[in-house]
Amino acid sequence: MTTSTTEALMPFDDVLAAYDPALGLEVHVELNTASKMFCGCPAEFGGEPNAGVCPTCLGLPGAMPVVNGKAVESAIRIGLALNCDIAEWCRFARKNYFYPDMPKNFQTSQYDEPIAFDGWMDVDVEGETYRVEIERAHMEEDTGKSLHVGGSTGRIHGADHSLVDYNRAGIPLIEIVTRPILGAGEKAPEVAKAYVAQLRELIVALGVSEARMDQGNLRADVNLSLSPKGSGTLGTRTETKNVNSFRSVERAVRYEMQRHAAILTSGGSILQETRHWHEDTGITTSGRVKSDAEDYRYFPEPDLVPVAPSREWVEELRGTLPENPTARRARLQAEWGFSDLEMRDTVGAGALGLVEETIAAGAAPQAARKWWLGELARRSNEDGVDLVDLPITPADVARIQALVDEKVVNDKLARQVFEGVLAGEGTPDEVVEKRGLAVVSDDGALGAAVDNAIAANPDVADKIRDGKVAAAGALIGAVMKEMRGQADAGRVRELILEKLA
Amino acid sequence: MTEIVRSTAATLAERIAAGEVTSVQLTEAHLDRIDAVDGAVHAFLHVDRDGALADAAESDARRARGQARGPLDGVPVAVKDVLTTRGLPTTCGSKILEGWVPPYDATVVTRLREAGLPILGKTNMDEFAMGSSTEHSAYGPTRNPWDLDRIPGGSGGGSAAAVAAFEAPLAIGTDTGGSIRQPGAVTGTVGVKPTYGGVSRYGLVALANSLDQAGPVTRTVLDAAMLHDVIGGHDPRDSTSIAQEWPSFTEAARAGATGDMTGVKVGVITELAGEGWQPGVMARFQESVDLLVKAGAEVVEVSCPSFVHALAAYYLILPAEASSNLAKFDAMRFGLRVTPEGSPSAEDVMRATRDAGFGDEVKRRIILGTYALSSGYYDAYYGQAQKIRTLISRDFDAAFARVDVLVSPTAPTTAFKLGEKLDDPMAMYLNDLATIPANLAGVPGISVPNGLADEDGLPSGFQVLAPALADDRVYRVGAALEAIHAEQWGGPLLDKAPELETE
Repeated sequence: MTTSTTEALMPFDDVLAAYDPALGLEVHVELNTASKMFCGCPAEFGGEPNAGVCPTCLGLPGAMPVVNGKAVESAIRIGLALNCDIAEWCRFARKNYFYPDMPKNFQTSQYDEPIAFDGWMDVDVEGETYRVEIERAHMEEDTGKSLHVGGSTGRIHGADHSLVDYNRAGIPLIEIVTRPILGAGEKAPEVAKAYVAQLRELIVALGVSEARMDQGNLRADVNLSLSPKGSGTLGTRTETKNVNSFRSVERAVRYEMQRHAAILTSGGSILQETRHWHEDTGITTSGRVKSDAEDYRYFPEPDLVPVAPSREWVEELRGTLPENPTARRARLQAEWGFSDLEMRDTVGAGALGLVEETIAAGAAPQAARKWWLGELARRSNEDGVDLVDLPITPADVARIQALVDEKVVNDKLARQVFEGVLAGEGTPDEVVEKRGLAVVSDDGALGAAVDNAIAANPDVADKIRDGKVAAAGALIGAVMKEMRGQADAGRVRELILEKLA
Repeated sequence: MTEIVRSTAATLAERIAAGEVTSVQLTEAHLDRIDAVDGAVHAFLHVDRDGALADAAESDARRARGQARGPLDGVPVAVKDVLTTRGLPTTCGSKILEGWVPPYDATVVTRLREAGLPILGKTNMDEFAMGSSTEHSAYGPTRNPWDLDRIPGGSGGGSAAAVAAFEAPLAIGTDTGGSIRQPGAVTGTVGVKPTYGGVSRYGLVALANSLDQAGPVTRTVLDAAMLHDVIGGHDPRDSTSIAQEWPSFTEAARAGATGDMTGVKVGVITELAGEGWQPGVMARFQESVDLLVKAGAEVVEVSCPSFVHALAAYYLILPAEASSNLAKFDAMRFGLRVTPEGSPSAEDVMRATRDAGFGDEVKRRIILGTYALSSGYYDAYYGQAQKIRTLISRDFDAAFARVDVLVSPTAPTTAFKLGEKLDDPMAMYLNDLATIPANLAGVPGISVPNGLADEDGLPSGFQVLAPALADDRVYRVGAALEAIHAEQWGGPLLDKAPELETE
């Protein structure tokens, strides 16, 4: 990289004193349709490279596209869930530019006639609601994926050759574009994060995508500009590409606000360009310069006929929508008996769906909340990944809570079970087995330890015999120590009291 | 020349069915004819002797079992090199595809194979179908069998010359602005551009997707109709293909062959005549119109005022679509790859390959199209052209409200000499003046031979246009005119063509 990586930043609070941020988010959602956008190849990325390809998605001469009806259905459902109007008639367009991993050297996309437009989504941030206006949601196809070989960085620079896997070429994408989000002020980073998190929640509820940010099913581009406070104008923007977690969305917005402000304050001007986000260092670096004059020479795709969804079909699809997010949150809060604060924290952590699934898998609401917002939130912070991207499922969490309820492990040992599962050691039961974490509640083994503790602490034993039951704690502690914590503390107490009755 | 190669496809089909000749015999006869004359004509870029004979043997075996697949089972065909053929080279007349063997068949080719037609080979064409003379083929021009110093028309000069020189009884062409009809006119053969969407474009390497249409190239109207019945019809792989049942074009042609035109209203297009039109071509046209009147047709003159803008609109829409279509030729996945010295990037390889692989006419149109689509120019060029296109469709609608078919000379002149217009693109483009409106509006058209021009003794063509979906009308009227002329001439026009020297 030739770009400087140490750029001046202005302290965040100072940024807000002088500037108003304007945000814009473009989110690409990879649909989970069985086949690709314009051909019958499997829409699964991964596997043997270039096994899932045909003349159409390879862009061979003569091949033609045919629109995937299921993808249109998903696009309409996403549009409706975002309160958009659905076009009565719209076309695909060619976006022309040369790129080695794009088979036809044009992307079949939509331009001035998107399938869905003029919608909104209400985003909750710490009890306040921001209405994010949706400009459009349109259908397009993914490109192939290049692998640069021979360089040290895996980037094209320095590589001696590149391999292209076209399995991904033609996988259906929905691009969701917001209008400029103004007035978020100091909350801009949180609003950006909350928008992406709640959009993901919606996509999951719709069932139209796996929506894993770490897998690239959901990719966010963050547009940001600053304008002098109160000026009401829009400044020059940068577009930070492929920000692949909720927390990175927040960090990228914060970083770009601070970087822009430093440049503007020192009398410089912002270069309109794409920026690369670096997850490890938490900074952005310059990508290619992009001006509004970049010319994709869009024109309507002549190989496809217009998409004209009937109003009857649109209404039928409206009937398949999941509950709207606000109503859903209210319902869940009532069902779970969460306080407002508990609910707000759950939503803010992006854990609503996870908690819901954990409860569905059998855990009590408070237990589900406790693990996701406690132990697992701590881990997600430490590891710098979103909760949903932790290698543990809601079913695992419910099972661990069940092990606690069944007294197989106690709370303290449960943390070790979490550790084991997150470390890839297997299911909760396998971790308990492999790590030998099951607490001992067998009277034989416990009885010996209790006898030892009584023998070693005659004074304490006497006090208990005299009716000072509270003194039992000291003996319990001694037993737990001998059993290395793997004892059922309740049963230990019962045994002590029995023996000293 | 053996008698058999002069037979029409319909006759050959009858003779195979009657057991008088086998598919292997007549396929062999055509392959021998190709060997004898194609050195001079150069209609073929690739001849598949082994494949064609194997297909013919299978056809004979099928027929022996009583399992013939249709009337044309066993009758060989030539295919323009712009349609993909599994296992057979497909170059589109371009160096950039030299040696490329597609892994799949175009739907038209699949249908030919399913109907049992042995494929003789692939025919020459202007590079990526850009031209009206076949001189823009990267593999050298095709020559007109009527006069080897003259062009056979284009872009499908190879297919037209192949049937005119009796190298194939049937051929497939493609028509974006006249590439089937104009070669038909200048070689004294029949060519049909079907309604847009009537024949699948899947596997047709696109020149301009919204204009391209594949169709039959033959010596008689009936043969064209029979071939059209084989290749036409809905294809789910082509979204623009029309999902409807089509009437039998064979029956339409047979009905027309009675020569009775009673009750048919014919419109002569005012705008397709005048300055620049060869007097001999106009004389033959007027004669044909008079013959139609004699046969019972009612003839009126019809004005299509927007047609004068058709050429301009066409040369914006076509290059725009072509510039985008041809972007995929980038050396990354198939075809030619030119690697510059040093350690070139992928983009350097693309640039060098496209520079070496595309001819001048292709580059000219890529540049034109890129310009026409550019931001700031789009509305003035591409946008305006689309409006003209709408106006031309309206002219057709208004005209077809008054008449059943429209007629004009197919091309303004007879075949010109090789090299004569090569340095003057505008003069070359004017060849398609009469054929382009049909592509812009998507309506069907046929060119049938209607005599020899007095000045040069070379063939001229008569174009019949019908409303979209009414392809049966062009066969009916075309067959009628053909029958009337044959009676007048005492046989087909091609009987007047000079014998080619054989090797």
